[in-house]
Amino acid sequence: MSQVQGNGGGSGARVELRELVRVFGRTRALDGFSLEVEPGELVALLGPSGCGKTTALRALAGFELVDHGQVLVDGHDVVRVSPQDRDMGMVFQSYSLFPNMSAVHNVGFGLRMRGVRATARRDKAHELLELVGLHEHAEKYPHQLSGGQQQRVALARALAIEPRVLLLDEPLSALDAKVRTGLRDQIRSLQQRLAITTVFVTHDQEEALSMADRVCVMREGRGEQTATPAELYSRPTSAFVAHFVGVSSRVPVRRDGATVGLWGAAVAVRNPEMADSDVDAVLRPEDVVIVADPAGQATVVHKSFLGAITRVTVTVESAEVRVDVRSDVARDLNHGDRVALSVVARDVLVSPRDERVAIEED
Amino acid sequence: MVALTSAAAVVSAPRRHRLRVWRGIILALAAAYFLIPLYAGLRFSFQDDAGHWSLYALRAIPSQVGFTGAFWLSIKLAFTTLVGTLVLMVPTTIYIHLHLPRVRRLLEFVTVLPIVIPPIVLILGVLRAAPIWLKASPYLLSLMYVILTMPFVYRSLDAGISAIDLKTLVEASRSLGANGPQTLWRVILPNLRAGILSASVLTLALVLGEFTMASLDLWTTLPVWIYQFQQTDGHIATMVSMLSLIGTWVLITVMVSLDRSESRRSRRKAEVA
Repeated sequence: MSQVQGNGGGSGARVELRELVRVFGRTRALDGFSLEVEPGELVALLGPSGCGKTTALRALAGFELVDHGQVLVDGHDVVRVSPQDRDMGMVFQSYSLFPNMSAVHNVGFGLRMRGVRATARRDKAHELLELVGLHEHAEKYPHQLSGGQQQRVALARALAIEPRVLLLDEPLSALDAKVRTGLRDQIRSLQQRLAITTVFVTHDQEEALSMADRVCVMREGRGEQTATPAELYSRPTSAFVAHFVGVSSRVPVRRDGATVGLWGAAVAVRNPEMADSDVDAVLRPEDVVIVADPAGQATVVHKSFLGAITRVTVTVESAEVRVDVRSDVARDLNHGDRVALSVVARDVLVSPRDERVAIEED
Repeated sequence: MVALTSAAAVVSAPRRHRLRVWRGIILALAAAYFLIPLYAGLRFSFQDDAGHWSLYALRAIPSQVGFTGAFWLSIKLAFTTLVGTLVLMVPTTIYIHLHLPRVRRLLEFVTVLPIVIPPIVLILGVLRAAPIWLKASPYLLSLMYVILTMPFVYRSLDAGISAIDLKTLVEASRSLGANGPQTLWRVILPNLRAGILSASVLTLALVLGEFTMASLDLWTTLPVWIYQFQQTDGHIATMVSMLSLIGTWVLITVMVSLDRSESRRSRRKAEVA
């Protein structure tokens, strides 16, 4: 085991991406993107297609050259270091197992490239396969394994080299929902147990919020907000983040100093630095309550049953507002019913009205 | 509904029968097209001048003037061409798939040129331009054959590479610490086995049967020897040509079965485990 290079898999490296720029033709895939990942932390890069999250991961892995910026691992700039010398394990979106090798040989491949003897290599590969629960499939070839099993072997293969950083490029996106949830928990538990610094790219917000210590929401090659999942959901710093993470509704309001008027009440503005007066209030479904009221200002247009709660969509003036209501209460609300709305959040995020179009286009 | 279904079945049964008959006729015609000349060749090679069945042509082959030299020259040319083709085309095709995917269409076009340009034009042009030391060597033919086999070789390799996710496999290998040559040797080539095999089979078959260029370059390869010897003894020449055909088939079968047994062995090993 002592022959295995890397840092021992118990203390991940500190990773810092500084002002990365990568231009493809006229597109700036990375436009001054920066990120810091602490040792042993799992950070998810989340964003819509084309936001630059995969480019950022590939720049970190060394598969993408950057036009400007630094990639620091434990303080050393690795921009000019080739991928094979970066000591980073990577799991890819598409199945990347070598078809000509059995599972155990796939897992031992990285060790073989590091000159580890055959016996030690085999022992280590079996140990890793046991860790991902595939010990009994060690001699099988990739085509004899299911998609979920292949990705678990790929994870074991990436972990076998005891990498300084583990990179996951949408490893669950090709799997069905049930396998995805199981593997998600397994990856997180392994990552925590081995304390490997991990960067995880996904476009699935549920995946990002449930697995990551922190999530970086990306937009047009930049980091829009990096925060813990709870903070990102409850205190988004921009309408884009509020729109992309969780469900939100935009209601046109008139700004009055540090408050906005919402359905007869003055509600504090969370981001008072915003100077515009014509703004939208960005509301989460749990920020609003509705009460059946024939004289109410809103009309029920849609109901989605989600188990304990039902998401009720109402129209008020020109806006559509989604509100979470206990399912037993929502049972009495029907399409076309009039309801009264009120805000229960202690403050609301506001965003310029013209930003709505840009976000909807994203 | 039942009545409708059975009516349809009654109508379709004779139609199916007619289709089967036509299919049989077409297959028989195609088989006759290939087998009649083969039968005629085999029959002629096992007969003597008086028209009696005889093995004299088979027994006489090794002692014929020039046969051994022509045979070995063809074998040498086949293998040097094979090596040259694979060394040139495998890395080129891989490189283009990985780094210059836009060039694929252009390369496809370029590799078709040897089919469009007649071999006689190619060899006459080369004979004018080649330096004297190269003209004096039979391996000038190998260089020409590399060009001649390009359309088939490129397509086989291209199909083989398209069947795997080359980019991801290469990146996975590199992220695990393998350098370029290690990735090529341990990851890409084993997964391109089928493509390389089919390219090799096509190259060998083409080179072992090529006549025009060898004859214009004045080298007596096996096809040239067969043509020349026909004027001395048609039975022996036909026998050699039949054996050459069978030899190529055997070679192809051996290569394909080696590949199949290798895949079967891997599968069985995994199933036992």
